[in-house]
Amino acid sequence: MSQTAIAQADWGGGASPFGVTWQKMMMWFFIVTDALLFAGLLVSYGVVRIATGDWPTQSEVFSLTYIATMTFVLITSSATMACGVKAAELGRAKTASKFVWLTILGGFIFLGMQAYEWTHFIQDGGGLLGNPWGSPTFSQFFFIITGFHGFHVLTGVTVLLVVAIRAAMGRYSPAGVENAGLYWHFVDLVWVFVFALFYLV
Amino acid sequence: MEHEKQGFVSKYIFSFDHKMIGKQYFTLAMSMGFIGGILAVLIRLQLGFPSQPWPFLENLFPVGMASGIMTPEFYVSLFTMHGTIMVFFLLSLLPVSGFGNFLIPLQIGARDMAFPFLNMLSFWTVVPGAIIIIISFFVEGGAAASGWTAYPPLSAIRSAIPGSDLGQTLWLVGMIFFVASFTMGGLNFVVTILNLRTKGLRMMRMPLTTWAQFVVGILGLLSFPALAAGALLLTFDRSLGTSFFLPAGIFIGDTLMPHEGGTPLLWQHLFWFLGHPEVYIIMLPAMGFTSDILATFCRRPIFGYRSMVYAIWAIGTLSFLVWGHHMFVSGMSPFLGSLFVVTTLAIAIPSAVKAFNWLFTIARARIQFTSASLFGLGVVSLFVTGGLTGIFLGTNAVDIQLHDTYFVVGHFHFIMAGAGLFGAFGAVYYWYPKMFGRMLSERLGKIHFWITFVAYYAVFFPMHYLGVSGMMRRIYDPNVYEFLQPLQPVNLFITISAFVLFAGQLIFIYNYFVSMRRGVPATANPWNSAGLEWSAPAHPGHGNWEGEIPPAHRWPYDYSEPGKKRDFTPQWEA
Repeated sequence: MSQTAIAQADWGGGASPFGVTWQKMMMWFFIVTDALLFAGLLVSYGVVRIATGDWPTQSEVFSLTYIATMTFVLITSSATMACGVKAAELGRAKTASKFVWLTILGGFIFLGMQAYEWTHFIQDGGGLLGNPWGSPTFSQFFFIITGFHGFHVLTGVTVLLVVAIRAAMGRYSPAGVENAGLYWHFVDLVWVFVFALFYLV
Repeated sequence: MEHEKQGFVSKYIFSFDHKMIGKQYFTLAMSMGFIGGILAVLIRLQLGFPSQPWPFLENLFPVGMASGIMTPEFYVSLFTMHGTIMVFFLLSLLPVSGFGNFLIPLQIGARDMAFPFLNMLSFWTVVPGAIIIIISFFVEGGAAASGWTAYPPLSAIRSAIPGSDLGQTLWLVGMIFFVASFTMGGLNFVVTILNLRTKGLRMMRMPLTTWAQFVVGILGLLSFPALAAGALLLTFDRSLGTSFFLPAGIFIGDTLMPHEGGTPLLWQHLFWFLGHPEVYIIMLPAMGFTSDILATFCRRPIFGYRSMVYAIWAIGTLSFLVWGHHMFVSGMSPFLGSLFVVTTLAIAIPSAVKAFNWLFTIARARIQFTSASLFGLGVVSLFVTGGLTGIFLGTNAVDIQLHDTYFVVGHFHFIMAGAGLFGAFGAVYYWYPKMFGRMLSERLGKIHFWITFVAYYAVFFPMHYLGVSGMMRRIYDPNVYEFLQPLQPVNLFITISAFVLFAGQLIFIYNYFVSMRRGVPATANPWNSAGLEWSAPAHPGHGNWEGEIPPAHRWPYDYSEPGKKRDFTPQWEA
């Protein structure tokens, strides 16, 4: 008997609290932790911005239409993910796999758009140590917040790739799709906060 | 239950068994604690005998103790690393990661943690962290020197002081490993306790130790991200030259630093948003151990079980609302400061609930004075002493006078370090038979207790007087100030007591390692305890119980029920 199976073999606790498996519960707790990490960064940004005073007007630095398009892409990928999870739950492995691949595509488009945005920002003179628009902390927070979020999107895409490849090999589980989906929705939700707090406010 | 034969590596090194992982944590934490203790002895050496030469120490630290005299830079590194090692690598690892891993599955009736692999991974993530922290002593410039709180600008500008260079970088890297490990551990704890309890073990039947570990898991998950965010920003400031924590106009020597726009207060907020819950991450398990130990050795049900559980929750919740009391002198709005005073003093209420419940458990009981129960009583004593001085410090009007003096050092060594450490010692004496199937020597245990208890008060109680007399915390040589010179005899007394305290711990280390092989073989339930963990065999194998897992028919505190022949009814008996 494998070592992990020992823990699972004779679970005798009756109905588990919240009626979820412990894998899913752990994903939820992990999301809470990760959300607080972003909260830490966004609160830091708020504190420094208020302390600085001369913050640039974002619409003069970024093309908000472009950022809104990025947001739209990411939210669309959340929708395809939801379809994938539902299909997996109903046992339609093929459909689920198709939607997961669509989600991955959405993730890559988002990352590509972000890379383009960074290039543009850097070409306009925005660097880690300073920028032409105002306080140097503006570009610093831009890089760290969007960068950290982009890193999360990349992680999410990697997780989804693992799920998709496993599905292609016939080793797929609806619970796995759901957990990956939970993470993906979280990453998208964080972007909404980044979009609202960094680009719009 | 059948297991495949395990080789040495899979049994002792990359083990999945929660008990073995717990013991690995014990070994790591005790080694780190030993190093932290040596650092403390060196700190006291300087304060007791300021700037006297100790030629033999030059061999160990050729730069820091050049010609045997401690340099100020080395002293600063010493207290920084003493704090870091003790807070994170002893007091968090031993009671939380060590005992949490060892006890949770046994106390809730599970074969193992929910994620055995993650458990192993979390241990092997913290090991490199610990090694990096130790190595930082031997790099160019020495170990980090900005205090365990790593306040910028000292921690953010590489050229600030020698320890700000590579030592501080390694400190950050070590801490990131620690946070990653602790997050994995916390996830595992919370999920295991929620989902893997045996039949009949409702939440309100769990031992208080498990309750404490549960809340600690949640506290860790909610507070460590703030440190992680801070550490990320600090790494950028240090390595890439950003200025998240650095305002304009900082001079290092004659050089104006190019930073502008940041604020060092931000780090203080982020750090203490972790830092204060961290104090309760250390304290809550000790409180849980004490409750279990006192109930067993007083042969009494724990007084006010429900209020104990609520108090754990109240302390855990309030711990997120008080971080500002570390920053009263940082230029905070007095109105905001008053709010933090209110929340801080509110913590006194659940804390007092716990203290009084222990006292009512002890009151008029026929206490069995074992090493474990002595340490349990020690926790109550230290907790009350440290708690009362906490009320002074939590009030901003008084804190402005006492901030950054030895009063603070005395206070937190009682409440967090002392009570946490005594709780962990009590727990080792109490659960050792389940860990190694042998008993610790009670005689050595009691000698260890009395030396530790008396020496502990002798070291840390006079520090309150030093603090009120104005001796600053972290000072290299108090005698440079005329008004502190009359205090030198007190400092000498503290130093000698500290040597005794350290020597007393050698007894414990000897007892711990020798009893593993030579101790009296233990029975499955040597203390006649009622908790579920004592239903497992004396030295449980992987899987904990042979055959089926026992169900829980009652809470774990049924002692001295009237009208029963035995003075306890185990949790697993109907």
